[in-house]
Amino acid sequence: MASTAPGAGSIPLEIESVVKRFGDVIAVDGISLQVRERACLGLLGPNGAGKTTLIRSIVGRVRPDSGSVRVFGEPASSPAARRELGWVPQDLALYPLLTARENLDAFGRYQGLGGKALRDAIAWCLEWASLADRAESVVKTLSGGMRRRLNMAAGLIHRPRIVLLDEPTVGVDPQSRNHIFEMVEALRRAGTTVIYTTHYMEEAERLCDLIAIVDHGRIIAQGSKEELVARSFGSRSDVLMRIEDAGAGAAAWAAARGGTLQDGVAHFPVDRPSDIAALLDGAARDGLNVIDLVLRRPNLESVFLQLTGRELRQ
Amino acid sequence: MIATIVRNGFRALHRDRGALILSFILPVAFFSIFAAVFGPMSGNSTPRVSVLVVDEDRSEASVALVNGLRQQGALSVKTRPDAKEGEPAPPEYSAATAEAAVKDGTAPAALIIPAGFGGNPVAFGPGPRRKAVRVLHDSSNPVAGQMVAGLLQEVAMTSMPASMAEVGMRYFDQASGGLTPEQRARIDANLARLKEFTARRSQAGESPAAGNAAAGGLVAVEMRDVVGENKRSPMIAFYAAGIGVMFLLFTASATGGSLLDEAESGALDRILSARVSMTTLLAGKLAYSMTLACCQLTLMFLWGAAVFHLELFSHLPGFIVMTLASSFTVAAFGILLASVSHTRGQQAAVATLLILTMSAIGGSMFPRFLMPETMKKVGLLTFNAWAIDGYTKVFWRDEPVSHLLPQVAALVGGGALLFLAARRFARRWESV
Repeated sequence: MASTAPGAGSIPLEIESVVKRFGDVIAVDGISLQVRERACLGLLGPNGAGKTTLIRSIVGRVRPDSGSVRVFGEPASSPAARRELGWVPQDLALYPLLTARENLDAFGRYQGLGGKALRDAIAWCLEWASLADRAESVVKTLSGGMRRRLNMAAGLIHRPRIVLLDEPTVGVDPQSRNHIFEMVEALRRAGTTVIYTTHYMEEAERLCDLIAIVDHGRIIAQGSKEELVARSFGSRSDVLMRIEDAGAGAAAWAAARGGTLQDGVAHFPVDRPSDIAALLDGAARDGLNVIDLVLRRPNLESVFLQLTGRELRQ
Repeated sequence: MIATIVRNGFRALHRDRGALILSFILPVAFFSIFAAVFGPMSGNSTPRVSVLVVDEDRSEASVALVNGLRQQGALSVKTRPDAKEGEPAPPEYSAATAEAAVKDGTAPAALIIPAGFGGNPVAFGPGPRRKAVRVLHDSSNPVAGQMVAGLLQEVAMTSMPASMAEVGMRYFDQASGGLTPEQRARIDANLARLKEFTARRSQAGESPAAGNAAAGGLVAVEMRDVVGENKRSPMIAFYAAGIGVMFLLFTASATGGSLLDEAESGALDRILSARVSMTTLLAGKLAYSMTLACCQLTLMFLWGAAVFHLELFSHLPGFIVMTLASSFTVAAFGILLASVSHTRGQQAAVATLLILTMSAIGGSMFPRFLMPETMKKVGLLTFNAWAIDGYTKVFWRDEPVSHLLPQVAALVGGGALLFLAARRFARRWESV
């Protein structure tokens, strides 16, 4: 990016105590965040947590009741800030009867591009989204995954320094999802700052170096994945032991060792992997037939469960 | 099972306001509008035909005829233009000013009683000495001229009994070989009494007894089409404008509806988060819709010129002015409709209701000049009426572009108000 860009050297995104209410519902409840340059921040939370409202506050589509959003030091509503922001909404915000190229042309012009700069931007977007061979296809004839990629490309046509991706993989097949991950990773390699909302923890784990867990309009925890897990679970891991014909006896056996039995699988928290040997010995001694056993490090899902008492996708 | 299907249908209908409006409100609204437009035209309250009467003869017979025409319930007779408030009454119409008034649409017909008419007002057959009453009419209203000519015969039968008797006696005198002096004196005395009776009845404002309207030819009549007499297809411009504007409104409402599609898909959010303001966006939509409307009207008039001999190319300046004004207004109407609607279904239902209503009372479906006076005035609340009036001035009355000022002002002014209202309502799409 050119060094003369607005706010060069300042923090890409600063969110300060943003509150947004819709009637009696508090969608965003005093969220504060700072995102450093080239970072990828994952906003992880269940549906209705307030992620989309926060994103819409950043791009100026929602007016916060209080608090402020600054982009490279400029108010988010300013033209200078808008130039630096690229928003990929959750919906397929495209013209269905225009071709992929025509859509990019339209959104490029809405961003003030024209001439060679626009042609170059369209070429880059088509390449980035692997849609060069479908450039002349009408959007409604594209597959769901292609539309998603075009939707992303349309948000990046003006090559912004900060990209906000609002659940970009909703409703796509695993292959297309991988394709989207690769696109985001390419963006990161190019030095773009990314804010990525999702309720899929594996997406946040793969793509983001900083994760903020959002629930009921608040950030309840933030940090790297490792930091979040360590903060909630320390060095503890889970042992999952599947037991043949697990009945009441097996449940009592698990409970006596600090575990629980769910659907024939006994869960035990362990501090060290070597604790597994004692569990296996005990099972053999008490006549329980262990079918398989997994040692699992707690993940973001576990962190969310630990923090809220609810599953991430409830 | 069937009951469940029926119940589900009603539940869905109950929650779909657009479908509810189309199912129940639209038919009732239309019934009411058409009853108001056409209802008074049957039965006793037939709208009067406005006719300008010029009496160049000033004879006993012509005065009786004019009085008879005044008494005729189906005619609204004017012998001079309406006086402006606080000003003296303007002079009576002459043949020339009455013709000009028909040409500019003041009245659909004028009746000129020529000098010398009273010398031989009626005849029971063709005669070389008769002076013909001239009926000047505007063929865009084909009913008016025929009606005036027909009623003239009826009025002649009932309002000029003395003239009738006099002519009858003249025929009898010729056929019988001559009357005796006593017979002639008695007949003259009776004729004098008859004339006195007719004058008394006329002064009292009594209507002559209904005569035999079928007895045509009693008064010689010369019909002349003074508007569009050289035009090959008199009503084509009217239909092109009427139907064109109605469909323009439908197209503009569909075009404006793209705003709702974009709002629903999220494209509107994306556009507004870029460097596009709501005013710019609406102006862009207006420009597109207006261009589309211009193309539609041009196509319709080109088709009219090619197939129905509409004189488009000799009226291009007026056509361009009216097309731009009409297109601007319908485009603004479409955008306002989208701005106030929350869903496509709601917008479609309201659009159908409004457009069909405006088209019915504004003259797109049925000429306004055939409507009752009240409905004619109500029609001026619609864009259809102003657009059709403007196109009629251009293509039918051959009026210059400067005469289109009232129509253009109404259309452009109305369109501007609609656009401002649309901008106001569109605030809901800006940041929430």
